[in-house]
Amino acid sequence: MQITVTVNGEACTREIEPRLLLIHFLRDDLGLTGSHWGCDTSNCGACVVWLDGTPVKSCTVLAAMADGHRVRTVEGMAAPGRLDPVQEGFARCHGLQCGFCTPGMMLTARWLLDRNPRPTAEEIREALSGQVCRCTGYENIVRAVQWAARHEADGRAAGPDGAGPGTASPATTASEVTR
Amino acid sequence: MQVPAQVEYEKAASVEHALALLDRYGPAARVLAGGHSLIPMMKLRLAQPETLVDINGLTELAYLRAADGELRIGALTRHAELLGSAAAGAHFAILHDAERVIADPVVRNWGTIGGSLCQADPSEDLSAAFAALKATMVIRGPDGTRTVPAREFHTAPYETVVAPGELLTEIRIPIRPGGGSAYEKVGRRVGDWPVGAAGVAIWLAGDTITDAGIGLTAVGARHFAAAEAEDFLRGAAASEENFARAGEIAAEHCRPVSDQRGPAAYKRHLAAELTARALRRAAGRARGEVT
Repeated sequence: MQITVTVNGEACTREIEPRLLLIHFLRDDLGLTGSHWGCDTSNCGACVVWLDGTPVKSCTVLAAMADGHRVRTVEGMAAPGRLDPVQEGFARCHGLQCGFCTPGMMLTARWLLDRNPRPTAEEIREALSGQVCRCTGYENIVRAVQWAARHEADGRAAGPDGAGPGTASPATTASEVTR
Repeated sequence: MQVPAQVEYEKAASVEHALALLDRYGPAARVLAGGHSLIPMMKLRLAQPETLVDINGLTELAYLRAADGELRIGALTRHAELLGSAAAGAHFAILHDAERVIADPVVRNWGTIGGSLCQADPSEDLSAAFAALKATMVIRGPDGTRTVPAREFHTAPYETVVAPGELLTEIRIPIRPGGGSAYEKVGRRVGDWPVGAAGVAIWLAGDTITDAGIGLTAVGARHFAAAEAEDFLRGAAASEENFARAGEIAAEHCRPVSDQRGPAAYKRHLAAELTARALRRAAGRARGEVT
């Protein structure tokens, strides 16, 4: 069957088998290997992507179910030349060790902050509770999300017209953070 | 690597279209909603449908409405939507109690209420919650709509009265004043199926229990309910002593089995203790003492 999925803003049309899982469609058919294929049982959350604006576990969604819908992966988080504040928080606060869980963690964290810009540590832990860090680096993951929340709040306060997150934040380029 | 076996796939555009597709493909077709139970089972070849009828496009089945003395929940409502519904929480705290401990937030974003009920896992939390609330299931088929009480919906583990060619479309819960409800669950870890769980809905007149509904899951309770304990409570005083006795009666009538989640004796203990705790909290809510 033929499907068209809008991935990170770009319409992608492919011929697929109906049994193809969304995670394999993203990784193997589209070459977007940022989403990780982990436990295969919807427990670990390494495969989390957004489907129509909501985080889902893509090892348990058929690619066919995304036909006609929007998907956002970690490749779609950063603006050109500038990391998303969540990505920057993970880099600054050492929110990753091996990095396997990181794309899913960041996508769920982004979703949380969009709905709840100043979450408590408990709310962050609850939001990420369906995702496993095999390095057990949870403390720094929580710090990374808190960093992003603070950064975005400061950006909003400093903004000339109360602009939302990402628009009024001090610019940080990807190269500055990853250097 | 786990992948489902080859399968045909059809996207339903309306309830009528879904019913036509189910009719065309027959008993080897399965309805695909959130897929968070069906797809893992297909990966393990525990389910091997020939055709999937995807109903995720049926937005007409995704709703929560409180009107005319009932809460109506569309079968395609996601767990997260039920948990996020202020109306559902205001009328039936038990539903929010239960949803908070079902799977995890990301799974709740996509898994559906109707899918959980039709999966009919013997440890399903919502089966106990809806049994406690004495909900009604609305099923559509080629010959029209029929309604089935929640306690007659499940016929065996992983089996329901929904026949091939039929679709669960709605769950209705009567809204009755003077009540309170609560859900208590013990699991091995966050997001797991329960080792045991109890849900309670209770109605008080002063300090007398006028009616009670008790749901149990994962402990082998008939129809996910504790009818004998309900009978004991009706007309009794809403006291600690009676709550404990109701828990004992509930435990006596369930038939838990030992498995990887725990021994039968422990599950029986949980049935008693969690029933008593849920009664206590539900009564507190009915009196407006606890939230």
